[in-house]
Amino acid sequence: MRAPQDFTSADRKPGEKASPLAQDAKPVETASVLPRAGVMRAALVGNPNTGKTTLFNALCGLRQRTGNYPGVTVEIKKGQFTVGNRQVELVDLPGTYSLSPRSPDEMLAVELVLGLRQDEPAPDVLVCIADASNLERNLYLTAQLLELGRPVVLALNMMDLVARQGREIDTALLQERLGIPVVPIQANKKLGLERLKQTLLESVQNGPPPRPTVFPEAFETEVNNIARWLSEHAGLRQARETDTEATRADGGRAGSQNSETDAEVWPRFLLYRLLLDRSGSVEKYFGERYGNELLHQVEEARSRLAEQGINLAGLEPRVRYAWLRQQLRDCVRQVRPPAISWTDRLDRLLTHKLWGSLIFLALMLAVFWSIFSGAEPLMHLLEWSISTIGEHLADWLLPEPGMLRSLFLDGIVKGVGSVVVFLPQIMILFGFIAVLEDCGYMARAAFLMDKLMAKCGLSGKSFIPLLSSFACAIPGIMATRVIEDRRDRLATILIAPLMSCSARLPVYNLMIATFIASSTALGHWLPALVLLSMYLIGIILAPVVAWALKRTVLRGETPVFMLELPPYKVPALSLVIYRMVDRGWAFLRRAGTLILASMVIVWALLYFPRAGTTADGREIDYEAECSRLLREMDRAEDETTKAELQSRWLELQGQWRRQSWLGRAGRWLEPLVRPLGWDWRIGMAALASFPAREVVVGTLGIIFDVGEQVEDEAESRLLREQLQQAEWEDGTGRRLFTVPVALSLMVFFALCSQCVSTLAVIRRETNSWRWPIFTFVYMTGLAYLGALLTYQVGRWFAGS
Amino acid sequence: MTRLHELLPGQRGRILMIEGSDHVARRLQEMGLLEGDTIEVLALAPLGDPMEVRVGDSRLSIRKREAQRVIVSDLSGADERRSQ
Repeated sequence: MRAPQDFTSADRKPGEKASPLAQDAKPVETASVLPRAGVMRAALVGNPNTGKTTLFNALCGLRQRTGNYPGVTVEIKKGQFTVGNRQVELVDLPGTYSLSPRSPDEMLAVELVLGLRQDEPAPDVLVCIADASNLERNLYLTAQLLELGRPVVLALNMMDLVARQGREIDTALLQERLGIPVVPIQANKKLGLERLKQTLLESVQNGPPPRPTVFPEAFETEVNNIARWLSEHAGLRQARETDTEATRADGGRAGSQNSETDAEVWPRFLLYRLLLDRSGSVEKYFGERYGNELLHQVEEARSRLAEQGINLAGLEPRVRYAWLRQQLRDCVRQVRPPAISWTDRLDRLLTHKLWGSLIFLALMLAVFWSIFSGAEPLMHLLEWSISTIGEHLADWLLPEPGMLRSLFLDGIVKGVGSVVVFLPQIMILFGFIAVLEDCGYMARAAFLMDKLMAKCGLSGKSFIPLLSSFACAIPGIMATRVIEDRRDRLATILIAPLMSCSARLPVYNLMIATFIASSTALGHWLPALVLLSMYLIGIILAPVVAWALKRTVLRGETPVFMLELPPYKVPALSLVIYRMVDRGWAFLRRAGTLILASMVIVWALLYFPRAGTTADGREIDYEAECSRLLREMDRAEDETTKAELQSRWLELQGQWRRQSWLGRAGRWLEPLVRPLGWDWRIGMAALASFPAREVVVGTLGIIFDVGEQVEDEAESRLLREQLQQAEWEDGTGRRLFTVPVALSLMVFFALCSQCVSTLAVIRRETNSWRWPIFTFVYMTGLAYLGALLTYQVGRWFAGS
Repeated sequence: MTRLHELLPGQRGRILMIEGSDHVARRLQEMGLLEGDTIEVLALAPLGDPMEVRVGDSRLSIRKREAQRVIVSDLSGADERRSQ
């Protein structure tokens, strides 16, 4: 790990500017305080809802990229812009109210801002964006930044709101009081940006601001004690560092850069956090590096302070706000009576018990409908386009039927189609979310739904992601990024696939139409009832699973469920489009490859072996035979011959796929699925549907010689008949599909995780393989148990 | 002693103390709920929870479980009315 940088010597008097040439600064640190020729590094921080993303986009435009860090689920955006002849790299840190980390995600921001990461040098300047209409609360974060010993520039955004409030901000006075440059901007109209960019350059040259005296002396003394202890025990850290997680997180450079330094000085701000944030991320960070002895020291320091009447939990907010209020005196003046607050008026309607709820329901219905039905025409269009283009390409490049053509059409083209088909739903959902979030309604929606979600152990922000998952879990899971709390977010992601998505409908419809509709009990209410039950299974299990997860795998501290309700504003179209495109592209790039790969793998498992032995001992090459039949069908002149050839082709296809690797796996797994009332053919169909649930219908079609395309009325009737007449292969003539079997199949598909796209998106959003694997395991287990229970209980009821 | 979660929409109070010394208490204070400040209840969610409050220039949604930690002096006179 790099040597930590000393920018705030404990011995400096308050008000004294940090001199880059301080005697105890080491040469490498001196160099990094002076402006480097070359790329300047800046970090953008600020509260949520301050227009940070708008500012980032306005500065960097399209020159931006996202990065992931191991162990952290939050994505960090980096962008570039130029000022004069200097290049600036800007890191967009997640919005936060305070730099007091309690999770790896929050700790990452602190690490980046202090330059504690191996490969990420500290920023040369910190840009803090604040909502000028709520100055005091916003400046809390700014006040913390002043302690970091780096140049800070304050960008006051939303100056138009300030005008509406009838206020005026004396930015010159504010600048003087805070000791940092203050630049009023309006990010959505790109006002003040040039001045901001210039100010960044200047502030790097001018160096860091004076550190404010905020804490009582007793506190600072204890911090000095800890600093001293740390530098005396540097050896302790080097000894531990060879094999702890710490080195892995830091990039594995164990102690090599520390060998020159005996005295080691950590940024003072970090020591503040160590003392103030009991059981926070910084405590953990230091604990990993120095062990329990340090933690003991810290506890003792805390007790000593408590004895002196200093309550650490409330200390920082109290002293910081006190300092802030001092500094802000006379800076904000009310020069006119405030204009009517639209926000207050709208809120009276939108959070109203009756009207608010109705409007909310209507909006949610609109969102849901648009991803469930509205997206369909677009999805069909995309699928059709891709398969048409694919076919033409195949006819042009691979006209001969054979393995390559099959790989191309049934593996690759189908795979690409199955990735691209999600784009309309993803983009529509994110379009809605962007509008709702930008205008400020999203927070109200979370407010209205919070109690309901709390019953499931989640919070109001989980509502929209879970609702969307009823249409499709992929955009739903991606939408969980609005949830800040890591545990909540994970829990929501893990239960989202339990919401019966639209892909399960073909299975439900097939089973219900074939086996439930024909049964006379309860008349025509029964099919609807069964369909509803399938949905209810997911809805009822989800909170149970969420509860279980939070007790076991996702154990941790309960977050504080406070939510800010920002002022309403008209959403910016450019931001909405940006979000739609950003999410769509992110999905394609990160999940698309996985989905495509798995489609190709399943293709291969269904394709090979392509030659085998028929029942009467003949050797047969299925691929060759099927191709021959297709060519004959093209040449055939009358309908009867065509129909005969067609049914022969279907039979052959069935034989082929049944003896494929996947078919063999199905046979092999049969003992496992027998208790569910299934035979190997149903098992095979379930296996084949791993890439996507709806494939099970087509696969059943193939297995039962009806063919894969079961779309029109005639084909689906044929499939239904085949299923109704299917018998067990043991010669007893027993029907394969009984009502309990149909039900167990439906319950299996209600709960199973047969959707590689979902797993791929989970991998993407959680930035690890652990969670998609966990999802697959727990859902398959649940599905198996559910199907088992359904079949056995159903059988007992049916008396067979 | 009145606690924030007992106030109704339209009622205001002056914050006397935030109970507790954990991160919940700290978070409440970071968001601007400080001793001596006025807090106003704007609305309750349809199911009674959470509460929408205004403190300073911020509008916040707080769950009653956390609002319970905020001890206020009732500025809207309900305290006196209650004791009558």
